Amino acid sequence: MTAPPAPPPVAAPLVDVRDLVKHYAAERRWFGLGRPRPPVRAVDGVSFTIPSGRTLGLVGESGSGKTTVGRTMLRLQEATGGRVLFEGRDVFALDSRALRALRRRMQIVFQDPYSSLNPRMTVQETLREPLEIHGLAGTVAALLDEVGLDAVFAKRYPHELSGGQRQRVGIARALSVEPQFIVCDEPVSALDVSVQAQVLNLLADLQARRRLTYLFIAHDLAVVRHIADDVAVMYLGKIVERAPAAEIYALPRHPYTRALLSAVPEPDPKAKKNRIVLSGDVPSPAMPPPGCPFHPRCPHPLKSARCRTEVPPLREVPAGSGHLAACHYAEQPMK
Amino acid sequence: MTATPAAALLRVRDLKTYFVTEHGRGTARAVDEVSFDLYPGETLGIVGESGCGKTVTSLSILRLVPEPPGHILPGSLIEFEGRNLLALAPPELRSIRGNQIAMIFQEPMTSLNPVFTVGDQIAEAAIIHQRLSRRAARARAIEMLKLVGIPDPEQRVDDYPHQMSGGMRQRVMIAMALICHPKVLIADEPTTALDVTIQAQILELLDRLQHELGMAVLLITHDLGVVAGHTDRVVVMYAGRVVETASTTELFEHPTHPYTEGLLAAVPRVDTPRSRLHAIPGQVPAATAWPTGCRFHPRCPYAWEKCVAQEPPLLDAGGGEGEGGRHTARCWLVTEPERRQAKR
Ligand SMILES: Nc1ncnc2c1ncn2[C@@H]1O[C@H](COP(=O)(O)OP(=O)(O)OP(=O)(O)O)[C@@H](O)[C@H]1O
Ligand SMILES: Nc1ncnc2c1ncn2[C@@H]1O[C@H](COP(=O)(O)OP(=O)(O)OP(=O)(O)O)[C@@H](O)[C@H]1O
Ligand SMILES: [Mg+2]
Ligand SMILES: [Mg+2]
Repeated sequence: MTAPPAPPPVAAPLVDVRDLVKHYAAERRWFGLGRPRPPVRAVDGVSFTIPSGRTLGLVGESGSGKTTVGRTMLRLQEATGGRVLFEGRDVFALDSRALRALRRRMQIVFQDPYSSLNPRMTVQETLREPLEIHGLAGTVAALLDEVGLDAVFAKRYPHELSGGQRQRVGIARALSVEPQFIVCDEPVSALDVSVQAQVLNLLADLQARRRLTYLFIAHDLAVVRHIADDVAVMYLGKIVERAPAAEIYALPRHPYTRALLSAVPEPDPKAKKNRIVLSGDVPSPAMPPPGCPFHPRCPHPLKSARCRTEVPPLREVPAGSGHLAACHYAEQPMK
Repeated sequence: MTATPAAALLRVRDLKTYFVTEHGRGTARAVDEVSFDLYPGETLGIVGESGCGKTVTSLSILRLVPEPPGHILPGSLIEFEGRNLLALAPPELRSIRGNQIAMIFQEPMTSLNPVFTVGDQIAEAAIIHQRLSRRAARARAIEMLKLVGIPDPEQRVDDYPHQMSGGMRQRVMIAMALICHPKVLIADEPTTALDVTIQAQILELLDRLQHELGMAVLLITHDLGVVAGHTDRVVVMYAGRVVETASTTELFEHPTHPYTEGLLAAVPRVDTPRSRLHAIPGQVPAATAWPTGCRFHPRCPYAWEKCVAQEPPLLDAGGGEGEGGRHTARCWLVTEPERRQAKR
């Protein structure tokens, strides 16, 4: 699994997600009390590709469906619709044996490290298990070293670790089977910045060394800027903007992206704040508003009646740029 | 927002919380002689390396450290409004916990009960401490969910934790903590799972409650942007110790401890393009085997013999006599500043 000397200029997509949909049916209440609820449209038609050896950053509102995208891609949850191709093979069509084989090559680092580690297994046992199942040569000591944990932690149980230490065990576990693709769901949000920098540098080194491909879910836009080649922004189950990283930070074309960037807290107590405050209630993914899903909170000065009635498609602006935005006024982005 | 030299609401003195690790693999000195004060209406930030004892410090304040394997050592003092919490009987402690001192836990999934709806869990504190009826408490719970920006609160109040996203669960925790209008809020990474617009909304909500109710906040966070924008003073921890304290502006302008310096240099910035990040070399030591002398010396670019041999006390770093209180740093460089220059 050594990287080829020079990657081709446009790599074939390793991962190809097409019109992915995941709805959660509302749970029926006991005793028939309460009104029946419409399903939660957690992911509502999401498409993207990730070329081999690259990183797509996925950011967006809390509850917009980022984790659900990651989990359904790996079939940890069954999708309601759409397709996911991994090296051209339809992941949703695999039988359970083929799926197990694929699991070694597609891994996930979970958002909540505590509930994803077995509380009755020491760190060593957790990490050794996948090595043994797949007959791999790696060692627990090497894995711990790779994620910056002292060897003494091998004998600890999850509850004996701090939040950040647990998160690194989760990363080590994902790396243990030498995958090609990793869904990283908020992998560094529990880490302090110096450990975070170590882990981000580690992920970048591994990518260079093993030509790893990442879907990197995070809410920290500064972190995403340092790891992602491309960035997709989700809002209410849909991608509302997608572009090469440098492009989206320099010129966000969707007002939600603009608001997100303006809200990034600056590590400087004297910084002037020009935050765009979003007003209005956060809409429910069970009852998304008609027209543009962002219109009730949109601060764009050009917002019009059209936004309330017509769903803006995700389209390339300007043509040929590779920058996609779902806004009727993407040509005149907010300053 | 300003800290007045009035009486401290919460005083922590020489707090030591140790764990006997399983199978007799030694004692983890997770929190080792930590002291700080929290004044009414202020926000005190605690930052520090993963595993340095921030969570254990906050759990100790509420006496929520699991005993055994944990224990708070004699000689430690935690004083709330003049009463030593470490000496209180359980019923007295319960009347303070969740009512006058509330906590937002770092990992929402482990502190929410999976078999109760979020509404029931939020309402519980109001029923116990404020003696609200079930119906009134439910209405309060819905109000709190709305306040923390959960869409569709009338419906969501009946959700179970697993039906919510990571960020929503975190906001449920915040709602639970705030329902009784506590005097002290301990917030352990309260916004890590939230996107920045909601994070800003929550932090503004905390700021507002602080103004209106004079609530004091102990804010544990690794986000130095949040520290810069929402704290008055900062305590920096490393390896179970306090290594630096200063007002927030002073800390950002004159970081004195080399660990603080490294921390500030490691912050990724949204306005700089993709690049390798500065990381402090080496690994965080384990709490069972802190290094001798200064606990940071194996990773410190300036360390010399004295640092290996002798642990520095918290020394006056100067420049901070103003309203934010003293600026102190646990580093011998304070006594020999020319060594820092020589390295630069
Ligand atoms: N098991 C479930 N049953 C019902 N609804 C669910 C379930 N899991 C997730 N949801 C809902 O699906 C939506 C998307 O959740 P998801 O966890 O994907 O969001 P997210 O973008 O990862 O958010 P966060 O940034 O807060 O982690 C939310 O409204 C959530 O409440
Ligand atoms: N039950 C336990 N048994 C043994 N050691 C423990 C136990 N709980 C915590 N520790 C150790 O105590 C130290 C402090 O942990 P703590 O959770 O307070 O760290 P933290 O500063 O909150 O870190 P993070 O930023 O990663 O959350 C860690 O080194 C951890 O491994
Ligand atoms: Mg998530
Ligand atoms: Mg912690």
